[in-house]
Amino acid sequence: MNKPLPNSFRQGPDGRGRFGQFGGRFVAETLMPLILEVERAYEEAKTDAAFQTEWRRLLKDYVGRPSPLWLAERMTEHLRANSARDDLGAKVYFKREELNHTGAHKINAVLAQILLAKKMGKTRVIAETGAGQHGVATATACALFNLPCTVFMGATDVARQQPNVFRMKLLGAEVEPVTSGAATLKDAMNEALRYWVANVHDTYYCIGTVAGPHPYPVMVRDFQCVIGEETKQQILAAEGRLPDALVCAVGGGSSAMGLFHPFLDDEGVAMYGVEAAGRGVDTEEHAASITRGRPGVLHGNRTYLLQDADGQIQEAHSISAGLDYPGIGPEHSWLHEAGRVNYVTATDDEALEAFQVCSKLEGIIPALETAHGLAHVMKLAPTMPRDAIVVLNLSGRGDKDIFTVAHHLGVKL
Amino acid sequence: MNRIADRFAALKREGRGALVTFLEGYDPDPATSLAILRGLPGAGADVIEIGVPFTDPMADGPSIQKAGLRALKAGATLAGVLALVRDFRKEDAATPVVLMGYFNPVLSYGVDRFCNDAAASGVDGLIMVDVPPEEADEIEPQAKANGLDLIRLVAPTTDEARLPRVLAATTGFVYYVAITGITGTRSASGADLSAAIPRLRPHTDLPICIGFGIRTPEKAAEAARIADGAVVGTALVETLAASLDDQGRAKPDTVRKVLDHVRALAEAVRGVKSAA
Repeated sequence: MNKPLPNSFRQGPDGRGRFGQFGGRFVAETLMPLILEVERAYEEAKTDAAFQTEWRRLLKDYVGRPSPLWLAERMTEHLRANSARDDLGAKVYFKREELNHTGAHKINAVLAQILLAKKMGKTRVIAETGAGQHGVATATACALFNLPCTVFMGATDVARQQPNVFRMKLLGAEVEPVTSGAATLKDAMNEALRYWVANVHDTYYCIGTVAGPHPYPVMVRDFQCVIGEETKQQILAAEGRLPDALVCAVGGGSSAMGLFHPFLDDEGVAMYGVEAAGRGVDTEEHAASITRGRPGVLHGNRTYLLQDADGQIQEAHSISAGLDYPGIGPEHSWLHEAGRVNYVTATDDEALEAFQVCSKLEGIIPALETAHGLAHVMKLAPTMPRDAIVVLNLSGRGDKDIFTVAHHLGVKL
Repeated sequence: MNRIADRFAALKREGRGALVTFLEGYDPDPATSLAILRGLPGAGADVIEIGVPFTDPMADGPSIQKAGLRALKAGATLAGVLALVRDFRKEDAATPVVLMGYFNPVLSYGVDRFCNDAAASGVDGLIMVDVPPEEADEIEPQAKANGLDLIRLVAPTTDEARLPRVLAATTGFVYYVAITGITGTRSASGADLSAAIPRLRPHTDLPICIGFGIRTPEKAAEAARIADGAVVGTALVETLAASLDDQGRAKPDTVRKVLDHVRALAEAVRGVKSAA
């Protein structure tokens, strides 16, 4: 064997912010000193007891953590009924991140980052958002900490996520519609980076996912690991053993990294990151960066990207604004190449189906992002033994998506 | 032979600073782009920067973003921009040409192959906006091996601790980013620049050019006086854009209008003696 497997999948990144060849700090010189400042502040915060105590307090009393681990019995029965044999159909659990304040996992990392911004003496916060969940979370934390907040959002997303736009405004944030490119998440991130370059002295950029220049991928991951850590304790309490499979939708991949990372060295736990296949990975309209992309450099890091033969970035497509991004966090790219996590896909139609099934069977309306993960659970669980356990990260609630779903189902609201 | 060093040495003998022009390759189409390139030395450009179009230019303001999109629509590729340089070199062996752009198209082309082909096409230097010294090993060895200068950006945010490291990794000339911001937005004051440039001098013997926010002949002359050269990009790109028809196509006077603008800048830059 000329390439030994790492003895742990939880060691990364290295000092340069690399997970294998992925990650790094590909930013203009103007930003570089600030990136280094964020890295120093984050390193300090890790061992700062006051910082950790304050963050944990916020997670418990403001967010409502720990989020429950719910045994989805009706979903389990439904999938068992759809399995080929009587001995098939794994038990399905939901990690209920949609019950967090603001309705998704995003708030976990946002609160920590806003504490960090305060610690760094920054007086303004900016964020990019796709579905609006990260924007809402950032606007929420900024309201709580009395910081002015500007959220960059693609104009296309502003149109399809009106409820979240209004929420952000209610929370006192400014929403800056971005019209360049396809006017979605990628373009919002470009514009946020441009604004940051011009306002480095007083502004903190609160990135919503495990992408961007080092230290963001590792920092956001660490702040989201609370999901996986809780899941581990909860499943041990409920079942006395670890699950057989973890499933989570991936856009940038923060909810997935948060669930997966604490389990990476637990050999028996299979992991599935579900990319958005849009209208199908063999069409031009999808957002499956790992499945159909190749490594490149965008937004400060090397990772799998949707790009043409000349290295120009292609537009992603997904019914879910939160997955509509042509890249993915660098650690996912590394875990893919290392073979530790399986990256699979779900189409718009499969996500829409899962969205409806979950609403009817469990009384939980999932976010369209989350519905991609569920769509894979609906394929996977019926092929697994009855005593197997699958945990889905129910990363967000779907209230924000009811207009989009109604539109796709031909229902006029 | 090193055209960049030769050119700055010659300008030093003349006692004046350089006018460095930036235009996006293929903007608005390859033929017009080549015609402008060929006219630049005669109009007074001392160093020519050609932007390599990229879909996501995160350090650029709206004018250069739009120029990039026009160029991409006109079929721009990295290979196409190299062909442009080869065509330019058939008529001009002396004017330094620097490619400025983002890393992903280069990565996609292959860094080795790119540096090799760029040098063979007559490119003298590279500015890779999103490859800071921390990531230098991505391209520095290949650039060096092919005799290409790696021109680095130094920003107002580059602190004393970083400055030696950034400047030590720079060859050709130093590109001082005058503002904390993207291209074509704000302008730095003469006082800011007069304070900033001497901060760099102890760390480097290379010529220093100032860019970002230099829009007028007066600002260009000021930058060339305070440092060793002025980079003008957005203002030229906007002159080009304003000359196009409503479909974004070149009109008969597009080339002349851009070159007239270059002439006005050159006249101002040549009217002042450099501080160096």
